[in-house]
Amino acid sequence: MERPLTKNIHAGRQPLSLKEYTTTGGYIALQQVLKNNTPQEVQQLVQKSNLKGRGGAGFNTGMKWSFVPMGADAPQPKYLIANADEMEPGTFKDRLLLEGNPHQLIEGMIIAAYAIQANISYVFLRWAYKKAARVLEQSIHEAYEAGWLGQNILGSGFSLNMHLHTGAGRYMCGEETALLNALEGKRATPRAKPPFPQVSGLFGKPTIVNNVETLCCVPHIVNNGAEWFQSLSYSEDSGTKIYGVSGKVNNPGAWELPIGVTMRELIEEHAGGMKKGYRLKGVLPGGASTDFLTEQHLDIKMDFKSVAAAGSRLGTGTMVVMDDATCPVGFVHNLQHFFAQESCGWCTPCREGLPWVEKILLSIEKGEGKQEDIDLLQMHTQLLGPGNTFCALAPGAMEPLQSAIKYFRDDFDRHIREQKCPY
Amino acid sequence: MPTIYIDNKPYEVKAGKNLLEASLSLGFDLPYFCWHPAMGSVGACRQCAIKIFKDEKDTNGKIVMSCMESVKDGLRMSITDSTAQAFRAQIIEWLMTNHPHDCPVCDEGGSCHLQDMTVMTGHDYRRFQFKKRTHINQYLGPLIHHEMNRCIQCYRCVRFYRDYAGGDDLNVFGAHHHVYFGREKDGVLQSPFSGNLAEVCPTGVFTDKTLKKHYTRKWDLTAAPSVCHHCSLGCNIIAGERYGKVRCVVNRYNSSVNGYFLCDKGRYGYEFVNSVNRITEPLIRTLPVEAVDEATLMNHLKDLVTLYPLIGIGSPRASVESNFALMQLVGKENFYQGVSGDTAYLEGRMTDLLQQGTVHSVSLKEIESADAVLVLGEDIWHTAPVMALAVRQSVMKTAAAQATQQNSLAAWHDAAIKELVQEQKGFLANITILSSPLDSISTIAMRNNPDNIARLGFAIAHLLNAGIPAVTSLTEKEMHAAKHIADALLHAQRPVVITGNSCCNEALVKAAFNIVQSLSTPQRKAGISFVFPECNSMGAALMRASSFEAAAERVRTDNNCTAIVLENDLYRHVPAAKADAFLSQCKNLVVMDGLHNRTTEKAHVLIPAATFAEADGTLVNNEGRAQHFYQVFMPVNTHIKESWRWLGEMKTMQAKASNGLQQHPDEWLAKLEITLPQFASIAKVMPPRHFRINGQAIPREPHRYSGRTAMYANLGVSEPKPLQDDDSPLTYTMEGYAGIPPSSMIPYFWAPGWNSGQAVNKYQHEIGAALREENSGICLFASKTGALQFFKDSPEAFVPRPGKHLLLPQYQLFGSGEWSMYSEAISELVPEAAIILSKKDAADLGAVNGTLIIIEKNDFQYRLPLVIHDELCSGIVLASAGFHGMPALPWGSWVKLNV
Repeated sequence: MERPLTKNIHAGRQPLSLKEYTTTGGYIALQQVLKNNTPQEVQQLVQKSNLKGRGGAGFNTGMKWSFVPMGADAPQPKYLIANADEMEPGTFKDRLLLEGNPHQLIEGMIIAAYAIQANISYVFLRWAYKKAARVLEQSIHEAYEAGWLGQNILGSGFSLNMHLHTGAGRYMCGEETALLNALEGKRATPRAKPPFPQVSGLFGKPTIVNNVETLCCVPHIVNNGAEWFQSLSYSEDSGTKIYGVSGKVNNPGAWELPIGVTMRELIEEHAGGMKKGYRLKGVLPGGASTDFLTEQHLDIKMDFKSVAAAGSRLGTGTMVVMDDATCPVGFVHNLQHFFAQESCGWCTPCREGLPWVEKILLSIEKGEGKQEDIDLLQMHTQLLGPGNTFCALAPGAMEPLQSAIKYFRDDFDRHIREQKCPY
Repeated sequence: MPTIYIDNKPYEVKAGKNLLEASLSLGFDLPYFCWHPAMGSVGACRQCAIKIFKDEKDTNGKIVMSCMESVKDGLRMSITDSTAQAFRAQIIEWLMTNHPHDCPVCDEGGSCHLQDMTVMTGHDYRRFQFKKRTHINQYLGPLIHHEMNRCIQCYRCVRFYRDYAGGDDLNVFGAHHHVYFGREKDGVLQSPFSGNLAEVCPTGVFTDKTLKKHYTRKWDLTAAPSVCHHCSLGCNIIAGERYGKVRCVVNRYNSSVNGYFLCDKGRYGYEFVNSVNRITEPLIRTLPVEAVDEATLMNHLKDLVTLYPLIGIGSPRASVESNFALMQLVGKENFYQGVSGDTAYLEGRMTDLLQQGTVHSVSLKEIESADAVLVLGEDIWHTAPVMALAVRQSVMKTAAAQATQQNSLAAWHDAAIKELVQEQKGFLANITILSSPLDSISTIAMRNNPDNIARLGFAIAHLLNAGIPAVTSLTEKEMHAAKHIADALLHAQRPVVITGNSCCNEALVKAAFNIVQSLSTPQRKAGISFVFPECNSMGAALMRASSFEAAAERVRTDNNCTAIVLENDLYRHVPAAKADAFLSQCKNLVVMDGLHNRTTEKAHVLIPAATFAEADGTLVNNEGRAQHFYQVFMPVNTHIKESWRWLGEMKTMQAKASNGLQQHPDEWLAKLEITLPQFASIAKVMPPRHFRINGQAIPREPHRYSGRTAMYANLGVSEPKPLQDDDSPLTYTMEGYAGIPPSSMIPYFWAPGWNSGQAVNKYQHEIGAALREENSGICLFASKTGALQFFKDSPEAFVPRPGKHLLLPQYQLFGSGEWSMYSEAISELVPEAAIILSKKDAADLGAVNGTLIIIEKNDFQYRLPLVIHDELCSGIVLASAGFHGMPALPWGSWVKLNV
């Protein structure tokens, strides 16, 4: 079982320096691309590898790149941005890559920038990732010193500057258009699409925003080919995925595994099963903004299509396990508190709806709920849907709520009936 | 034209619009908040949700925001779809979770877009049972009241204030349901367009603070269409009255002039009408008891106007009717403009050039859609603020047009366009004496003195037209700028050049004229705009009368005259010594005016004149556009009458019969057309006074006007007969024509379900375009073809004179202007009057900031504190102009300065 992204990352060890990275085969992919491939060839290669965005949306990365205007008439400058604003609750996979092997990301970014002919790149990093910030700063510096960044890289005529930007700590910035606004120094509110960032992105210029994990796959695809990448997985999605498990399991953590491992394998083998005395009650398979799945779903494959078929989303692939000693109402209230607080305040349904939902859940949890509260919650889950709100934040927030009402309705009813939290 | 299907019915709609605009244009009621016809769409509020369907077979459809979807041929949408309706009602319920529901004590109540939209969606039952979030309000200065708890976060305020008007001290703070719209800390809003927040805000967060002091609900106002009297642009306003006091001024949409917005001077400068300084009774100062009744006055006047030779001094701030009535009374050869010779000359020059018809005088709307603008000398931010706002729109729109050229972005897609445009700007060259807020959006911002600015103008003209002689010895920087500007103007389709007379420099006018005439081709629609000092300067100049100096000469040689001074404080136009001499040499001095001033103090006979609010009349704006204003209320004090009415009565006495004489505005205008052909077709500015629609006059009072039979019950319980307006088709009642009147006679905007000013939608065929049956005024200048003449006399380069300084006026939006100062709110915002010198000149005088400097010319002396300005050219001195109580300084002449 190959682990291309994490094979050189070891817990407790310092991140790979430039020297160490090159001795493990680093920057060979970049050299090859600059020497032998046109940007279009790189785009085609990545498109063919069927690499899908690891930030949660699961869109074909090469296809995303192909929407960028190319050629002499294309607007300049173009931008390549690594979305390292990992703020989805329960998610810590990008941190592993950032802190463990920063040059892998940098090399992936340079190749991606070459593929779209961008000359300026940014790493938009979550404010709290202080260690990653230090590591990246050092690594970018090293890459400049070695000539991997800067003017006329390896005499290829291609130039790229890279900047590290640490965010101010808003969940909203993970949304690519809000990220762009934040990067421009504006309020982190999302932008309307279309126009898409590929056409009018950062400072109004063509821009690609990719997730850290996505970009880290790129050098390996170049080195080993599209077929190899496809062959890594257990499903129609290509490559490996860094899966994570948190909650009351024996061995919480993150592991790089072929896409398509089952939820059961993840929880029972890699995470060591539930802690003694706890039973699994529900799972948020891909972070806080995905629908609950339950024990009956444990055998589904953790790939984009299978999780969607089960009624949830693969999302970031980092699951949160809810046990039977945790109150689902309190659990969901905690999530809604987060989402309400992280709403940017731009559109009405999200700004006003989420705090209402949060307050209702709190009152139910405190034993002050009324039967009609369930109707109000359900009304919100329906009306805060995609298209009704400006961006995907509120629809994402509604996913755990709607599925909690579906799977744990008894718990809600008991809170209201008994006018207290039974947990 | 594309066809769209709304609830299965086909409609032809205009391409390039969004579905909200298309629906509103078709007359559908579709609620919205964040969209604004002048500001486009951003998709924030989600209020205008509709359903669209893939095709005829699609019965599910999907919810979209109508403001964010373009019209497409064959598109199918539903407004009445139950899911869409439920969603729209839910949006209101969400917005209302934190709204204080304080309508009874909210100034917006009764003209509130949020109320209207709430009723429109049908939301009426509150399910939110938790505490509301609350905010702390801010002090935002004397113009705008702040009540943040009412906010529904539509973001319109910041989009107007920052994006549209270029202000930077109002912003949105915080996030999620704590977003806050205000300033970083309490303080006076800095934008001169801040008053528009009261109209842009869909609820009562930002309200008119001056209205608050004498509050009246919109439905209780007696209102009339009027024209702003505070500068030469002639923005259209609606003024409202109750109990004999003007309560507020709001914008009156005119697609060719001010569109949706006013400046703060225009909005708040109305309170002089209510001033204690009003002239309230006729005075004959030669009698032991000065205050007299009308019979005594008329008797006295009869002698004065029949037994003595008459001369009349007109006024640039009085209506065309009043000026003409005075001319009729005194005779054309005895009628003089009430401005100095220099002013009259320059204004006459500008008027002549426009009348010649070889250059096109542009409207504000045309300035907005210009694709390159050159400002020569005039500080329009202060002398013509809404023009500055229009120039800003030109710069933004041009940039948007350039950026979206290769992009399919629709013009309404505001946020996306801003993201694409970023910091790009359309071409603006702002060449002025001092810096201006327009500099921040200027491609070229240069400081110089008027002569050198004119030389730059001539150099530009030369580059455009080799027939105009080159200007020698320009600096390299000037030459470079001239080339850059000439190039930009040449590449524009709709270039506009702006200047005016506030630099007291004829060469500037000539240079601007040369440039525009050179640019004008059948393919290129070039335009010119001259800014004038007062609301009817152009109308007065068009009468082609001699200046004040000629009148002064006349009374010097003939000391037996009766002089009639019409609405004019001469001390604001000519040096005090000249005014004193003139006034003392008049045998009889009759002055008619609205407020007491230095000239009225000298009157032998003082006659109370109606202000704009109590009068009908016509003004000609800087463009040459005649616009009519209607009486807002009939003063209870019957001594107060329109000047033209007083003058008409005098004329009747003089003629000893009223046969064939003019009594009403329409008659005056008809007579004016015949008498002075330059005013041809001005009578079309208003319909005849007997005009009726279906036999009905147009009511000034809304049908919900309350208290008609009770409001004066403390004085008497019998219901008085409604006041009769014999001068216009408007009436002082609630009854009358209930439909949409011709656009120039709209007393208030209201439509069923639309109580706020946003009802203007219902008055337009196409949202954001002309009003239905729009009469946007009568343009007095027609384009003519003929041999083009160019000016070839470029001025010499400016050379400072030893021991002397060239004195020029510095206008302030708040401060300059005769009557706006009577608004307490505005008077709070006036900066201290000052003189401005360059660092070098100040050092030469041994003066520092604050030093009192004496301006001397001949016997004249005036003292003001110094402000040092780095940008000012050496050899020039600027002084605050037109401030309350300040005399006219010898503008445009060389003065001596002393410490």
